[in-house]
Amino acid sequence: MSESGKAFWNGVRAEIPLLIGVFPFGMIYGALALNAGLSTPAAQLMSSIVFAGSAQFVTTQLVHDAAPGFVIVLTIAVVNLRHMLYSASLAPYLKNLSLKWKALLSYLLTDEAYAPTILNYEKEGITPVSHWFLFGAGFSLWFNWQVSTALGIFLGAAIPSEWPLDFALPLTFIAMVVPILRNRPMIAAATSAGLIALLAFSLPYKLGIILAALTGITVGTILESGKSPKGML
Amino acid sequence: MNIWLIMLIGGLLTYGMRFSLIFLFGRFEVPDTMRKALHYVPPAVLSAIIFPELIYPSGNLNLSFGNTRLLAGIIAMLVAWYTKNTLLTILAGMAALLILQLFYT
Repeated sequence: MSESGKAFWNGVRAEIPLLIGVFPFGMIYGALALNAGLSTPAAQLMSSIVFAGSAQFVTTQLVHDAAPGFVIVLTIAVVNLRHMLYSASLAPYLKNLSLKWKALLSYLLTDEAYAPTILNYEKEGITPVSHWFLFGAGFSLWFNWQVSTALGIFLGAAIPSEWPLDFALPLTFIAMVVPILRNRPMIAAATSAGLIALLAFSLPYKLGIILAALTGITVGTILESGKSPKGML
Repeated sequence: MNIWLIMLIGGLLTYGMRFSLIFLFGRFEVPDTMRKALHYVPPAVLSAIIFPELIYPSGNLNLSFGNTRLLAGIIAMLVAWYTKNTLLTILAGMAALLILQLFYT
């Protein structure tokens, strides 16, 4: 096998444990998106147009709550800001690639593609074919996400609409948040955002969510100042 | 706004952020404050969604024991805290909601 082929399959292999973890989420997303009122093509294509798990879950919730478009777009932007960090972190390893490769790999740069790739680059260093590793990890995740979304849409259509399936969304968010509440700034960020969201509930256009999120981020950042940052996103 | 337009703008913004610093390598650094602030995006955004979903379940404030979504949410939080298992948390919360609804109807 060529060197680039080897690097590609190494990327795929490193991604496999993550694929197993992500698959049920793609299915849950697909089923919930239909339940929230998205059409089948919109639910499926969001997985390739936005291609970011947590942002897609949040979008689904906000569509379900009939939030206006600009609030949804703003929320997607805030939720996905972290990708700038991944972009910054991988940039030195990708600096010699053509613009086409940079553009393609950027599209595939998710949390799950970033994690094994940065570990590999830090350990193995950079070679003329190492971008194939990121391509293998990113593409296998992309493929897995499309298939799991489709399966979720297919199975979700069979679930009776009177079931309280919409509750699975806040439950998914609870499952994401609670385990990261490991220190005081994290807990303060979560509780202050939650309280402001309640107090600002009657604001028009669901603006309370944006206000609450910004409050939580500010509270956490201020409390952390002076201490060393803990934990990952 | 149309859902397709929302997805298109949301997708372009996401792509732009992924591409940004790979493209601008050497010409722009992420400021430290922003790096720090990004740690607090997930707890802040997600809590801002979770709290109203549990406490204003049908658009009205409900802090009574009859609020099945709040009770089921609290059970899910306990499961998440002790197991750190995502699927288990979702299943426990759904099961709790279905069982509580049987009691209240």
